[in-house]
Amino acid sequence: MTRRHLALASLALLLAGGSVAWAISDPAEALPDPRQEARAEAIGRQLRCLVCQNESIEDSGADLARDLRHIVRQRVAAGDSDAQVVDWVVARYGDFVRLRPPFEWQTVLLWGSPLLALAVGGLGVLVHRHYRPAPPAPLNEAEQARLRDLMET
Amino acid sequence: MSTRRALLFAVPLAAAAAAGGGFYIVLHRMQQGTFDPRGVPTVLLNKRVPGFRLPGLIDAGFASTDLFASGRPILVNFWATWCPPCIEEHPVLMAMQAEGIPIWGIAYKDKRSAAVDYLERNGNPYARNAIDAPGRVAIDWGLTGVPETFLVDGDGFVRWHMSGPLTLDMVHQQIRPLMRKYTA
Repeated sequence: MTRRHLALASLALLLAGGSVAWAISDPAEALPDPRQEARAEAIGRQLRCLVCQNESIEDSGADLARDLRHIVRQRVAAGDSDAQVVDWVVARYGDFVRLRPPFEWQTVLLWGSPLLALAVGGLGVLVHRHYRPAPPAPLNEAEQARLRDLMET
Repeated sequence: MSTRRALLFAVPLAAAAAAGGGFYIVLHRMQQGTFDPRGVPTVLLNKRVPGFRLPGLIDAGFASTDLFASGRPILVNFWATWCPPCIEEHPVLMAMQAEGIPIWGIAYKDKRSAAVDYLERNGNPYARNAIDAPGRVAIDWGLTGVPETFLVDGDGFVRWHMSGPLTLDMVHQQIRPLMRKYTA
């Protein structure tokens, strides 16, 4: 194993283990029941930390994220369903708090953007094919003779 | 062939012009303070403030029922002594107090002694003061950080919201006209 392989392997390990290892910094926050804790973590990973905005509340070190983690665990322990917990947070912070936005009229463009990109690309290919100039006519006798001359000299 | 060349010229030009126009609008509105790219639109807009009761900082504190029946528009300002943008905003709050705009303050995740000291030292722009030390009521308001300000009308409905420090421009262009509108 070269040094480079070693570096790649450790990077892969870090990336694979990262999301698990970095969730919740303080073990005292975790629920005693591992099944409930797993549910709370899954819910928290769908919720955006409103302070850092590109992290879930499970990954964020912000104060507000810690408060929300705590509330998610309280509600899970109190017997709320996953949807009820998410709805509770969405009622206060709006759909923006979901890291996976719902599919509705306002988000059609967002969800449709891969299809849109595909359509634009396809259109480009079609237009390109349509405008491709015809292949040039084959050389006539005189031209072929001249080409032979040129290549021989 | 010439239409193709014209297209090759016009399409990128139109795209660049559209992008430039978009950037201009966004940057202009950011400069005016009417658009914040990191701002989260509050779901409270045109809804009643959530039910709460908070202990006072200096006097008795206040509750949602006080806002439901105030009979006049009030600015509710979440702030903290540990928050530099709140300190930056403080002179704007003092200026609004001087012209008679009622502001109710909620000290967020702060120590009572620190908050009281701060108001004694720098001036108290608030008509009423409360403290949300655990920050739990703030979550019901959908608070994402401090400072954050809500314009609440006389019946307790949120009519305007700003996350981030208020500026004198915002007072002139947005807050004053809204205060007049809801003082009917």
